[in-house]
Amino acid sequence: MEFDMVNNLILVVPELTLLILACLALVIDTFIKNPASRGGIYWFTQTSLIVTICLIYFYCPHQPTVAFENSFISDPMSTVLKMFICLISFVVFLYSRDYLKENDLLKGEYFILGLFAVLGMMVMVSAYSLLTVYLGLELLSLSLYSMVAMHRDSQPATEAAMKYFVLGALASGMLLYGMSILYGVTGSLQLTVVAEYIVQQSDANHFLVFGLAFVIVGVAFKLGAAPFHMWIPDVYQGAPTSVTLFISSAPKLAAFAMAMRLLVDGMFPLLGDWQGMLIILSILSMATGNIIAISQTNIKRMLAYSTIAHVGFLLLGLIAGSRAGFAGSMFYVIIYALMSMGSFGMIILLGRKGFEADNLDDFKGLAERSPWFAFIMLCLMFSMAGVPPFVGFWAKWFVLKELVAVDMVWLAALAVLFSIIGAYYYLRIVKLMYFDQPTSMLAIKASQQMRLVLSLNGLVILALGLVPNVLMALCISALTR
Amino acid sequence: MFEQIIFYFFAALLVLSAAMVITVRNPVFAALFLVLSFFSSAAIWLMLEAEFLAIVLVLVYVGAVMVLFLFVVMMLDINLSPLREGFARYLPVGIVVALLMVVAMGLVVRSNYFGAGHYYASVPHEAGYSNTTELGNMLYTTYLYQFEIAGAILLVAIIAAISLTLRRVKLNKAMKPEEQVAVKRKDRVRMVKMAPEKREP
Repeated sequence: MEFDMVNNLILVVPELTLLILACLALVIDTFIKNPASRGGIYWFTQTSLIVTICLIYFYCPHQPTVAFENSFISDPMSTVLKMFICLISFVVFLYSRDYLKENDLLKGEYFILGLFAVLGMMVMVSAYSLLTVYLGLELLSLSLYSMVAMHRDSQPATEAAMKYFVLGALASGMLLYGMSILYGVTGSLQLTVVAEYIVQQSDANHFLVFGLAFVIVGVAFKLGAAPFHMWIPDVYQGAPTSVTLFISSAPKLAAFAMAMRLLVDGMFPLLGDWQGMLIILSILSMATGNIIAISQTNIKRMLAYSTIAHVGFLLLGLIAGSRAGFAGSMFYVIIYALMSMGSFGMIILLGRKGFEADNLDDFKGLAERSPWFAFIMLCLMFSMAGVPPFVGFWAKWFVLKELVAVDMVWLAALAVLFSIIGAYYYLRIVKLMYFDQPTSMLAIKASQQMRLVLSLNGLVILALGLVPNVLMALCISALTR
Repeated sequence: MFEQIIFYFFAALLVLSAAMVITVRNPVFAALFLVLSFFSSAAIWLMLEAEFLAIVLVLVYVGAVMVLFLFVVMMLDINLSPLREGFARYLPVGIVVALLMVVAMGLVVRSNYFGAGHYYASVPHEAGYSNTTELGNMLYTTYLYQFEIAGAILLVAIIAAISLTLRRVKLNKAMKPEEQVAVKRKDRVRMVKMAPEKREP
C-alpha cells in the first residue's frame, strides 16, 4: 500500500508546528540561567501561539478533509474552535504572567506545559477516531495535572492535584473501557465506521449503548457535569489562580469538541439513547451548580459551581439534537470561556504579592476603589447571570430557543428556573461592589497590558451582547457541512 | 486442540494471577503476581502471532517497569490497615454496583454481536512473515499521527515528573576553605553608630 505522506502531513501543519515550537521552548528554557530573564520564555510562548493561529487560518481547507486513514479531520468547526483555543490561551498566559511573578511561580515549565495542553486540545478538536480522541485527552489532562501541582509548597494545590489526578485517571479509564466496547462491537476505531455500523445493524444498539454509557461518563467528567463534578470545586479552589483560569476556559472548548465528535459524528443514530442520559446530567448539573454556589464564600469555589451550572446549560444544546442546537452549544461554550477568563482575570488583578483576592469580601466596595474595573466585573457577572444586554443572555437564549423548537418546553422552563436561582449569587457580587464599604483602599497594582486586555475582555462581552449574530453566524456556518 | 489447551491454560493463569494481584495482603507478592499476569498475556500474544508485542511486553514491563515497581514497594513502608478501614461499610454498595455491572457486561459479551464468530478468523502467516516489519510500517504511516502524540505525552510526563520533583535545595553544607581564608573584617562585623540611650531613673 502506497501511503501519501505529504498530503496527510500538510493538514496537520499547525499541530506539528506547535509541537516543534513547544520542544524548542523546552530547549531554550534550559539555557536561561538567570531567573530575571525567565520572561523570555513567556514571549516565546506567546509568539508560538500567534504563529499557530496564523497557520490554522492559512491551512484550513474549505471542505471537511480527513487524513491518516480517517483519524484526523479538518473541518470548519475544528478551525473555529482551534483558533479560539489558541486565542484564549494567549490571553490566559498574559493574565497569568503577573500572578506567577508575584508568587514566585514564574518557571518555564508553566508555559511549556501550557503549550502542550494547547496541543492536546487541538488534537482533541480535530480527532476523528477513538484513539486520537483518547490520546489528545491524555495529553491535555497530563499537562493540566502537573500545572495544578506546580505550586509544590502549597498544601491545597498538592491536594487538588492529587484529587484531580486520581479522579481524572478513573474517568479516562471509564472512557477507554467504553471505547473498547465500541471497538469490540463495531470492529473499528474510526468514528465514521462506528456511525455506519450503527445505521446498518440497528438491532445491535443495546450493546452499543452499554459502551456509550461509559463514553458519556468520560465526557461528563471532562466537562464537569454533575454527578461527575466532584473534582471541580476542590481543583478550582486549590490550584494557583492562574492555573484555575486556564482549566476553566480553553479546555471546556476542547471537551465540547470531544462531545461533538463522539456523540454527533460517531453516534448520532443513537441520539435517542444519549439524549436521555444527557437530560439527567444537565438537570443535575444545573441544580447542584446553582444551588450550592449560593452558600459559597470563596469566589473561586463559587465560580467552580457556576461552571457546573453552565455546563448543564451547554448540554441543553446537544440535547436538542439539531444542527442549530449544536451551534447554540458551541456559541455558549465560547462565550462561557470568555466570561470565565474575565472573572478569574479579575481575581488575579485584585490580588497582590502574598494575598489572593479569592473571598467574596475582597470585592466589597470595588466601585470606590476602581470604578472602571467594578464596571468590567459588573459586565461579566451580569453576562454570567444572563441579563439581557450582555452576551450571556444571548447564549442562553439560542440554546433555549432550539430546545423549544424540538418540543422540550418543560426542560427549557426548568433551565430558566435554575438560572433565576443562579442569578442571586452573581448579583450578590454586584451588590458587594457597589453598595458595601471597602475593607481596604489599596490601589490596584497591575501591569498596563493586563489592565488593557482585561478591559477589552469585559467590553467584548458587552459588544457581543449588542451584536450576537456575528459570532452566532460563525458558529452556524462552522456546523453546517 | 493442543493450541486450545495452551490458550485456556494461559487464560486461566492470567485471570487467576490478576485476581491475586488485588487480593493478596503483601504488596511484594502482588507485584510478583502482576509479573506472572504479564507473562501469561505475553504467551497469549505469542499465540496470536504478535511476537514483537509479546517480547516487548516481557522486556519493557517485566524487565524494567516491574523491577522498578518492586524497588518502590520494598522501599516504602506501607501500612495497609488504614487502607482497609471502612471496607465493611462500603461493601454492600460495592456489591450492588458490581452485580449490576456483571449482569450488564454479561448481556453484552454473551450477545451475538460480540462473539468470536463475529470476527475474521485469524489466518496463519507464512514462514517469512515478519511481525515487527508490519508493525513498523503501520506505525510510521497510518498511525504516524497517533504515534507522534503518544511521544508528546511521554515528553510531557518527563517534564512534569522532573519539574515536580527536582528541588534545587543545597543539601550539602560543606565549607569552602578559600572563602573562609579570604574573609575580611567588614564581612563579619558591622559597626553601628547610635546615640547613647539612658534609661529613665
